[in-house]
Amino acid sequence: MRFAQPRTTEEAAGLIAQEAGLTRILSGGTDVMVQLKSGLVEPDLIVDIKHIPGLRAITPEDGGFRIGAAVSGAELGEHEGVRALWPGVVEGVELIGSTQVQGRATMAGNLCNGSPAADAVPGLVAANAIARIMGPDGERDCPVAEIPVGPGKTTLAKAEFLTSIFLPARPDRSGDAYLRFIPRTEMDIAVAAAAVSLTLDAAGTVTAARVALGAVAPTIRLVPAAADAILGAKLDDAAIAALMEACSAACNPIDDKRGTIEFRTQVAGVLAKRAALIAYSRAGGTV
Amino acid sequence: MKSIHVSTTVNGDAVEFICAPDESLLDVLRNRLGLTGAKEGCGTGDCGACSVTLNGRLVCSCLVLGAEAEGADVGTIEGLANGDALHQLQQSFIDHAALQCGICTPGILVAAKALLEKNPDPTDTEVRYWLAGNLCRCTGYDKIIHAVQDAAQKMRSA
Ligand SMILES: Cc1cc2nc3c(=O)[nH]c(=O)nc-3n(C[C@H](O)[C@H](O)[C@H](O)COP(=O)(O)OP(=O)(O)OC[C@H]3O[C@@H](n4cnc5c(N)ncnc54)[C@H](O)[C@@H]3O)c2cc1C
Ligand code: FES
Ligand code: FES
Repeated sequence: MRFAQPRTTEEAAGLIAQEAGLTRILSGGTDVMVQLKSGLVEPDLIVDIKHIPGLRAITPEDGGFRIGAAVSGAELGEHEGVRALWPGVVEGVELIGSTQVQGRATMAGNLCNGSPAADAVPGLVAANAIARIMGPDGERDCPVAEIPVGPGKTTLAKAEFLTSIFLPARPDRSGDAYLRFIPRTEMDIAVAAAAVSLTLDAAGTVTAARVALGAVAPTIRLVPAAADAILGAKLDDAAIAALMEACSAACNPIDDKRGTIEFRTQVAGVLAKRAALIAYSRAGGTV
Repeated sequence: MKSIHVSTTVNGDAVEFICAPDESLLDVLRNRLGLTGAKEGCGTGDCGACSVTLNGRLVCSCLVLGAEAEGADVGTIEGLANGDALHQLQQSFIDHAALQCGICTPGILVAAKALLEKNPDPTDTEVRYWLAGNLCRCTGYDKIIHAVQDAAQKMRSA
């Protein structure tokens, strides 16, 4: 195994493109190091991207924020601007692991690791965040929702890697929230999870919404039917019931000792309801 | 595997070492630098016994490559006491009997120090959440929380 610390994205892309064997990008390493230790992967090349200028920066852009791919959860959580604009995204990221893990773990790593239970991803999908990807032919932008394709699998080509994730601007009266269910209060993997992002008009009617579910399908799932259920409504009981039903209908979960299919399917709906109510109140609405 | 030469700073001292590319910072500290305060409880980020600071951030040294320490500033439990004078946290852990076997203690002390630097007056709940990644199989945690709070109070009035 070789270890490289490139200083530019071009250098990193070149190193990866030239490597005939297996490459692993190293951001926070909180997944990579566990995989190395277990012998699950034996990379020929590790590319540490933390020393590429800009990859650890949070930069305001067009009313939103560009988050460098190597920004840790702790650094993101300390950024008041991002917290204020996208509180649901930040609360998803902050649920990852312990204080120690937060000191290293990144959103990009959480996304590219491809876990169906990744805590940062539903919030990013609900936010319609856009990943910037560097590859041998230069940069391209891709919605976060289109990156995961199955457990441990992404749509990234061999020599591609994320350089940043863009959280867009949002209209006034917007809010988002993320909730997960775990069997204890800290340090566990989501059994079901939901993120909701919405925008209200002055009367409190939902004019735009995105709902994403975690841990109930092979990938994080955007559920347009759940968003449709609350569009044009003020989160009255009927709209909430339709939201919950649409979420449960979108579930295709595994069945294991941490949660049965029935449990995960029902809880996904309940979490979507609660997340929608939190997002609604963050947007300034009163139910 | 080609060895890597690394220049770093540990507890304020300039240090150089050679390590394998897949060697963890924890293994480097313990096996190459003789700093055996950080312990390996799990090797997978779950127990916190290996806690150190890296450029001021609390991390699990088992989840860091030794090679990543190049140019960095590493803080370990060995840097906590000032010569023979114990740090207030160490004294409070002794006074409150906040340890039994002691395996978890170096990691908890490093983590607690990082907490009090950020938040000198935490609530019990804040201490518990901050230390959620530090497992202790002996004390039942209550005494640890009391010791951290005792140290915090004494450090505030110092
Ligand atoms: C004790 C512990 C608790 C945890 N708890 C949680 C939890 O509660 N919720 C949760 O979701 N996860 C959890 N995790 C998993 C892990 O911390 C997260 O997935 C984290 O966000 C990974 O980020 P990282 O920067 O450490 O990724 P890394 O380990 O650096 O990388 C992860 C994967 O993504 C790839 N990758 C990294 N960066 C890029 C990039 N820029 N472009 C392309 N590919 C890239 C890597 O090659 C690797 O395959 C936990 C891990 C540990 C050790
Ligand atoms: S040894 Fe590092 S967290 Fe357990
Ligand atoms: S004192 Fe034994 S593990 Fe904490």
